[in-house]
Amino acid sequence: MSDVKQIVHNLTNQYGKSVESLLPILQNIMEINHVITEEAMIEVARELDISAAEVFGTATFYSFLNTSKPYGKYIIRVCKTITCMMHGKNQIIEEIELMLKIKPGETTHDRLFTLLETNCLGQCHQGPAMLINDTPYTQLTPSKVRDIINSYLVLEVSNY
Amino acid sequence: MTTKVNCKIDNISVSVEQGTTILEAAKKINIKVPTLCYHEDLCVAGNCRVCIVEQVGTDRLLPSCATPVAEGMEIITNSLRVRNARKRIIELLISEHNADCTKCFKNTKCELQSLASEYIFNDEGFINLVPYKNYKEVHLSPSISKDDSKCIRCQRCVRTCSELQDISALTVAYKGANMKISTFFEKPMYEVVCTNCGQCVNRCPTGALVERSYIDQVWDAIYDSKKHVVVQTAPAVRIALGESFGLPPGAIVTGQMVAALKRLGFDSVLDTDFSADLTIMEEGAELLNRLRMSLKENDTTVRFPMATSCSPGWVKFMEHAYPEYLDNLSSAKSPQQMFGALAKTYYARKRNIDPKNIVSVSVMPCTAKKYEANRPEMHASGYKDVDYVVTTRELAMMIKQAGIDFLALPEDDYDSLMGESSGAGVIFGATGGVMEAALRTVYELVTGREVPFEHLNILPVRGMESVKEASIVINNPLPEWDFLDGVELKTCVAHGLSNAKMIMEKVKRGEVNYHFIEVMACPGGCIGGGGQPIPTNYVIRKKRTDAIYSEDEGKPIRKSHENPEIKMVYDDFLKEPLGHKSHKLLHTHYTPRNRY
Ligand code: SF4
Ligand code: SF4
Ligand code: SF4
Ligand code: FES
Repeated sequence: MSDVKQIVHNLTNQYGKSVESLLPILQNIMEINHVITEEAMIEVARELDISAAEVFGTATFYSFLNTSKPYGKYIIRVCKTITCMMHGKNQIIEEIELMLKIKPGETTHDRLFTLLETNCLGQCHQGPAMLINDTPYTQLTPSKVRDIINSYLVLEVSNY
Repeated sequence: MTTKVNCKIDNISVSVEQGTTILEAAKKINIKVPTLCYHEDLCVAGNCRVCIVEQVGTDRLLPSCATPVAEGMEIITNSLRVRNARKRIIELLISEHNADCTKCFKNTKCELQSLASEYIFNDEGFINLVPYKNYKEVHLSPSISKDDSKCIRCQRCVRTCSELQDISALTVAYKGANMKISTFFEKPMYEVVCTNCGQCVNRCPTGALVERSYIDQVWDAIYDSKKHVVVQTAPAVRIALGESFGLPPGAIVTGQMVAALKRLGFDSVLDTDFSADLTIMEEGAELLNRLRMSLKENDTTVRFPMATSCSPGWVKFMEHAYPEYLDNLSSAKSPQQMFGALAKTYYARKRNIDPKNIVSVSVMPCTAKKYEANRPEMHASGYKDVDYVVTTRELAMMIKQAGIDFLALPEDDYDSLMGESSGAGVIFGATGGVMEAALRTVYELVTGREVPFEHLNILPVRGMESVKEASIVINNPLPEWDFLDGVELKTCVAHGLSNAKMIMEKVKRGEVNYHFIEVMACPGGCIGGGGQPIPTNYVIRKKRTDAIYSEDEGKPIRKSHENPEIKMVYDDFLKEPLGHKSHKLLHTHYTPRNRY
């Protein structure tokens, strides 16, 4: 059994084979693999006995489910909506670009960071805002963003 | 007793059963409310909003297809508010729509276009967004073309594929402005679980999903004087083609159709019903052979139920969904492919024509037949057995292009050599027809007596019920078949792939012990095929079915094995069913396919 088959198999054992399990299973695959591949979707479809196209439809509907290239370990989502823009999200993005040498939509070569722009995070009153995986950061400034990203790098180094 | 509710629509009182929608109530009193996402065969989606109406005393407009009538409701379907809103809605749809109607396959047959024709639109409307969209046009399947720039996202296709066929090859992918109808990872339709049945094509209101057309190739062949072009017509075409010329559903136009084909310039106009009779001979022999091996020779590897294989949609469905059951499918080819294989061998020899100069065309009620003709294994004659397949709709287009006044045509007869057929061949076009035809022949072969049903009409396998079961006990068979004495031959008939799936699941669970099952991919069988005139719905399917059975009743020969041309093809060429030649030309094998 390939890795992804095993993962899907374990997840269906955990969540059950009804259609309601589809979303939690996809979320978990995302968490483990940082991407939901064709192969994974076919496996999910097989396990839940639904059409693969339906799995694809669901997976592509949610922006937090990635169906293209694998994302990095840390997914940075900078809010792109108008209030954050007025608070200076462009400077935030520029700072990240400068630091990590990637543009929105790209992943660093060490597969640690992916930079994305996202719709409203609901933090308009304290923009600019971003998410790194599930952790929100608000009232960002370029230097604050540098510190935050550095803290993730330090964490990584301490894990070696 | 059901409760009635009363309402007023455009000031006309109407009383309807509780649960009736405003749309249905309006239809009852001949008020037409326009619709796009609504289709009689499908569940209500309520997403296009063109069917909105005004309820007096409230400030919201209601989607009439999705709102049940309530007691005392007063509805206005054509107030200024309604018309303005409706116009905006259509304008919004068009702002994202590549409305090049004059270059569109659906020109004059498009529901969006006809709706737009009822309103005048000028440039004051919304910004044309088409250039900013990444629309894709895909012609990769031999059966179906998909053009996202024509799609209004009504999701009829998605509902068709999931409700009628239980396949869900199409889904709604992405969201918001990027939302689109898609296959798995946007793969071509031939590659995914799509069976090419074309039911979605038949229900798409616009030119977004259409059959892949081969009209030009057929004209080229006709105009090429070196080519001998033969055409075969499927049973279900003759009872539906008239609809494209304004006749009511169920009009039988066999004679006019034959005359039209001759005028179009086909060198020989022949009948798929002939090869339907041939299919019965081969498939019947295969069934008896399986029974003999199992009951007499105790061969435990023989698979039951044996399943019909004449519906290419059903065959591809099996290849994807039940690859472990492919040995259950009869190895007999479909009538279309049997015809094709014989056209370039038997027919060519008899008529003394070099097969390389024969072009074989078929007119089918079906889009899956286009895919079938393009399967790599369908070259039994040494050439492509069936060169081009056109749908009933495409034939109507060709007749119109040729300026033929179809309704005024005198009736004509099929040419001979593969033009003769029995009533059994005709009923192939309706659900249950293959089973009935097979039983008429198999029972008689085994017992020497006619099948014990009045006028040979095996009523239990007829009709629109989703799954039909019938059994016949064989008594006093001829000596050769003594092992069948007292055997109850159990059969089952299903139409529409959702029903087929239900049966296959029962087979898988071992809950049923049929000997023979007939499955047609399309609801109602071929009469409801994806290549048939649009609209197709329950009422229309019933009328076409009645026409098929009356065509059968009117035939002097009602049993496949009594067709003189069938006797001739065996005497002069094939020798015997399941014989060496048959095996080479008339039987095939199947390919397991992927899960997506
Ligand atoms: S789909 Fe209809 S409206 Fe659109 S271009 Fe074709 S005919 Fe015109
Ligand atoms: S392809 Fe046709 S049926 Fe499907 S959503 Fe688009 S317009 Fe509607
Ligand atoms: S052709 Fe049939 S199987 Fe294919 S997408 Fe359309 S309805 Fe579904
Ligand atoms: S027809 Fe009623 S909402 Fe589309």
